[in-house]
Amino acid sequence: MATQQTRSLARFMMAPSVVLLFVWMIVPLVITLWFSFQQYNPLNPIRDGFVGFSNYALFYSNPAFLQSILNTLTLVISVLLITVIGGILLALLIDQPMWGQGIVRILVISPFFVMPPVAALVWKNMIMHPQYGVFADIARFFGAQPIDWFGQHPMTAIIIIVAWQWLPFATLILLTALQSLDGEQKEAAEMDGAGFISRFIYLTLPHMSRAITVVILIQTIFLLSVYAEILVTTNGGPGYASTNLPFLVYQKALLEFKIGQASAGGVIAVILANIVAFFAMRAVGKNLDK
Amino acid sequence: MARAVTTQHKTIATVAAWIVALLIFFPILYTIITSFKSEQEAIQGFALIPSGTFESYTEVQAQSGYFKFFFNSVLLSVGSTVLALLVAIPAAWSMAFSPTKRTKDILMWMLSTKMMPAVAVLFPIYLIFRDTGLLDSRIGLMVMLMLINLPIVVWMLYTYFREIPGEILEAARMDGASLWNEIIYVLTPMAVPGIASTMLLNIILAWNEAFWTIRLTTTEAAPLTAFISSFSSPQGLFWAKLSAASTLAIAPILIMGWFSQKQLVRGLTFGAVK
Repeated sequence: MATQQTRSLARFMMAPSVVLLFVWMIVPLVITLWFSFQQYNPLNPIRDGFVGFSNYALFYSNPAFLQSILNTLTLVISVLLITVIGGILLALLIDQPMWGQGIVRILVISPFFVMPPVAALVWKNMIMHPQYGVFADIARFFGAQPIDWFGQHPMTAIIIIVAWQWLPFATLILLTALQSLDGEQKEAAEMDGAGFISRFIYLTLPHMSRAITVVILIQTIFLLSVYAEILVTTNGGPGYASTNLPFLVYQKALLEFKIGQASAGGVIAVILANIVAFFAMRAVGKNLDK
Repeated sequence: MARAVTTQHKTIATVAAWIVALLIFFPILYTIITSFKSEQEAIQGFALIPSGTFESYTEVQAQSGYFKFFFNSVLLSVGSTVLALLVAIPAAWSMAFSPTKRTKDILMWMLSTKMMPAVAVLFPIYLIFRDTGLLDSRIGLMVMLMLINLPIVVWMLYTYFREIPGEILEAARMDGASLWNEIIYVLTPMAVPGIASTMLLNIILAWNEAFWTIRLTTTEAAPLTAFISSFSSPQGLFWAKLSAASTLAIAPILIMGWFSQKQLVRGLTFGAVK
């Protein structure tokens, strides 16, 4: 029943958000695209000019490039696997009747509120430090050699830190979904003789599917752009062993001032994010229609 | 018929859940414990009982001026949230109460802007900030954080507003309420809880944002994220101080977070999981 008047009022009310987001999305992106075809170094402005696709070629021929894409995907997929599977198990556990459930929830959700630099520093110095860390203490207690996490297994170390940050998120959301499951349905299934496993596969899991989709979508958005955790712990190293795409672009742009190459990397990051987003948004859009 | 829960089952669940929960919470707990140790104690190996000194806290403030960063964090997170609400409330309002065929597309598009990797626009933003003198300014960063979180704010408000029944508006209108009265007396009271939870979640997100806040600041506008990152190598081995600084940086948001668990789920899933 929208009249002409209310419709134009609605448009007027939406304009600020839409315009702001549009400008924020388009203007910098166009500049990045433009720079990706330029030779530009703020420290050496003489050789500026259009260079076609050579930035992309340079970025591509950089051995760090493939490594960084691989690291980006490894990070996203490993953390998703750990947090979704761990989150389901943890949600099932916390959903059981127990004493002090409220406090357990609070303890489990806490890491999510820790800012990334703090999480990374605490893990780096107090937990994983090869000499003074808690892991090293535990290893020595059992008479084993402490592991030099950031020197020898930098990606594993970062995956552990990032998974620790996101496991609470997955758990909280899956737990919320679990708690909205109809108790009577569960009982009916139980009376029909369905065991725990079949109840889980045929009843609980389908019920949680929407929550799982949402968890995957939202985590993917954030995991594709992990930055502070790497900056604080390994600084991308040793070599490029723990450099992901965002970190490589940051290095090119603000440390080496190779703006053209950095922009080409940025464009590639956008394409990668779009491929992921395409599938994720479709899934969420479908799910939200229900 | 409630299922009878055996005490044994409950005991096992309790023990298992507490062990897992304490393991997950351990890094935070250990940080808090270490912050009350002296530097000497902090590197002497695993110990759960600190000597209870406050010396690290006073030193963190004395050496680095912790409260300036804290103040910036408060200003940036609250400021950007208020800005975002000002822009988002009208939009969410109109989408919830007079939806059109395109409303859903607009919402999805807004969400998609969130997918753009920040790093892809790092240099342009850096240039724009440099050339307009916004680098290391609180206003610039506030606008930046507002833009980053705007899609989430619009979405979240939209899901709350959509739950306000439209019939109430019609009833008020029939009773002769003007548009203004309608907004003040009928809608606002119903919208406040939703706006409050949106605000809470957004403050948490802005407080913890750790890309732009680190890259676009140096000293003046630097919030706690930048402060903590600067701790990474030179002072790496002063663990008691590091722990004290970390504890101070996370405590306010941790406590806020505990109180907002329910709203958090809803906000972070764009209303898809309640």
